[in-house]
Amino acid sequence: MNSVIPKPSAAGKILWAAIAIVGAWCLGVVALRRNEPINAIWLVTASMAVFLIGYRFYSRFITTRVLQMDPSRATPAVLRNDGLDYVPTDKWVVFGHHFAAIAGAGPLVGPVLAAQMGYLPGTLWILVGVVFAGAVQDFMILALSVRRDARSLGHMLRAELGEVPGVIAMVGVLVLMMIVLAVLALVVVKALTHSPWGTFTVAATIPIALLMGVYLRYIRPGRILEVSIIGLVLLLASIWYGKTVNDTPALAAMFDFDARALAWWLIGYGFFASVLPVWLLLAPRDYLSTFLKIGTIALLALAIFLAAPTLQMPAVTKFIDGTGPVFAGNLFPFLFITIACGAVSGWHSIIASGTTPKLLANEGEARMVGYGGMLMEAFVAIMALIAACSLHPGVYFAMNSPGALVGTTVEQAAQTISTWGFLVTPGELADTARNIGETSILGRAGGAPTLAVGMAQLLHGIMPGDGMMAMWYHYAILFEALFILTTVDAGTRVGRFMIQELAGMAYAPLKETSSWASNIVATLVCVGLWGYFLYQGAVDPLGGINTLWPLFGIANQMLAAIALMLATVVTVKLKRERYILVPAVPAAWLVICTLTAGWQKLFDAKISFTAAAQKYAQGIADGKLLPPAKTADEMQRIVTNNRVDMALTGLFMLLVLTMLFFSLRAIVRAWQANRPTAKEEPYVALSSVVHSTAAH
Amino acid sequence: MEAVTPAAPRSFWRWAVQTARLCCGVPDYDVYVRHLREHHPERDVPSYKQFFRERQEARYKGTGGRCC
Repeated sequence: MNSVIPKPSAAGKILWAAIAIVGAWCLGVVALRRNEPINAIWLVTASMAVFLIGYRFYSRFITTRVLQMDPSRATPAVLRNDGLDYVPTDKWVVFGHHFAAIAGAGPLVGPVLAAQMGYLPGTLWILVGVVFAGAVQDFMILALSVRRDARSLGHMLRAELGEVPGVIAMVGVLVLMMIVLAVLALVVVKALTHSPWGTFTVAATIPIALLMGVYLRYIRPGRILEVSIIGLVLLLASIWYGKTVNDTPALAAMFDFDARALAWWLIGYGFFASVLPVWLLLAPRDYLSTFLKIGTIALLALAIFLAAPTLQMPAVTKFIDGTGPVFAGNLFPFLFITIACGAVSGWHSIIASGTTPKLLANEGEARMVGYGGMLMEAFVAIMALIAACSLHPGVYFAMNSPGALVGTTVEQAAQTISTWGFLVTPGELADTARNIGETSILGRAGGAPTLAVGMAQLLHGIMPGDGMMAMWYHYAILFEALFILTTVDAGTRVGRFMIQELAGMAYAPLKETSSWASNIVATLVCVGLWGYFLYQGAVDPLGGINTLWPLFGIANQMLAAIALMLATVVTVKLKRERYILVPAVPAAWLVICTLTAGWQKLFDAKISFTAAAQKYAQGIADGKLLPPAKTADEMQRIVTNNRVDMALTGLFMLLVLTMLFFSLRAIVRAWQANRPTAKEEPYVALSSVVHSTAAH
Repeated sequence: MEAVTPAAPRSFWRWAVQTARLCCGVPDYDVYVRHLREHHPERDVPSYKQFFRERQEARYKGTGGRCC
């Protein structure tokens, strides 16, 4: 299509100028006001203005110039319409579906962890990152896939870069997935450790899901709405009854577990959930968690708009120097690793080349779904950041710092945190725990509990009531746990299929997905892989999140870098070299961030896995016990775990470098070619398919 | 443009139901039935129950799916 950009009307010009001025003003307040706390509304307004302007101008530039999306061209949904997988669908329905698929725990957790550096660094990275990297990636990959028969990222990499880089990237995806599952499961472990109320409600979701599964299959087949309402009512009842469990010592003892035991329960759960028939446990939980995820996000938005909290966290804390307790490492590169989903998430490239391209009825709608969907996700990340920063900073650090740093009693924690400059009394910490119906808030890293306390306080401010804060807290915990666990069991199943496919290359019978033996073996391997990292995190003296989140961030940004490198290669192959910077700048930025973070995790004297492994190995050699290890066995385990993490970091770096090499090679070749070499499907006019029944 | 008109929901409620079902991997049943009648009149039209079961199995078969 020859891009025809309509001339804006005078009213339009005035409107966009007004949005730009309001946005710039709010951003100025957010960035520059230092001596007094600011209200969250400034941040919300600044973000919305940035998103609107980014969407209106930058995404339009991408769609007309870089991708040259053509509304007259038939999409795969139209060409292959089968009413099942390929269905031309209303754009708002596709948008809703796409957003529900990309939104998860990631954008809620990352910004909460990054809040240790203050609200400003995280906000700026989310806003700049999403406009120039995250939304660009989602949109471009979606557009590429739409032009290639809705093929997956792996297929496109193989076709445009070559067989070898395609296979390498897929191994990277598998490893990434194992880390994602481990780190998310660890968030649940952290939230439920010694929390009978939380553990009871999460455990109750299993019988509720089984009931829903049977109902949906035999009693009222396919009535998703009905069964979801029943499930929701039962869940709310379990939250309410959870208080009784918590207050009754005999019952509370049954649901009081330490991190180690919870990790084993989750590993066992993941195994059974992915081996059982999907209709029984996996699917009903999936339905419930999908709807509750959207509901919880809506509730968070409502709470922030109605409560309009003041941000208590400073704009920038001293922890930008890399000494922070929540995650170690300097602002560069670790802020850009910590906030992955929300600013840019490689995982989205899998969804943008999955079901969504099979549903788009028109190429012109890819912009709204791809770019717009990611802007929505960034808004969720901003809200999570606000919820965390509206907490008392003392409470925030008490929840998110490892016990090894702040101690294990409220007195020790309050004292240590006060010396950091965040004055807090033991009484305040104990009160917060009592208000949310827990015995302790210490050592609840991982984002979910912090967000839950933030949400509970906001909601409690709007709807006060005796004991209601504890209800809100457990509501938030339950729903976060629910959608994380759904990711865990669905992810285990997907991982199992990937492992079967890989193993099938070596020994064919393993590929047989209907064979019980090979299913169980592959599931065990998959659960073993993420379970190893989960268990390692659960027994990690530094709390696990500290170690695993950077690995997850590096892996996720690595995948984003790969996706953006693919977009760069294709842009050159289409002979649109003049627009190469659109995907190449964010790709280069992510390559720099992942490689620097990886390098520091390998070689830095303070924060590297290598340094930790050496320190404890030296301790063993000297026959000493280094805290928090209490036995020689624990010392040895710390050494082994750090060495595994080293190997993994090295693997990720190697992967990025390999893909960079193959991408550069493809770019040079395409640049030298005198005609477009991208492997797009041929043009078919939408008008020619109108009454044809030729498809399939 | 009938054949390429997307399955447009007629009201907000229809939109919400269609989106919610699609989020669970269940596309619009009416659209599928219309598609079968138009293009494959020789095939049997499955009941909603059969359609739902087939889609439920299909959703968890391959890779892809959801985000962290």
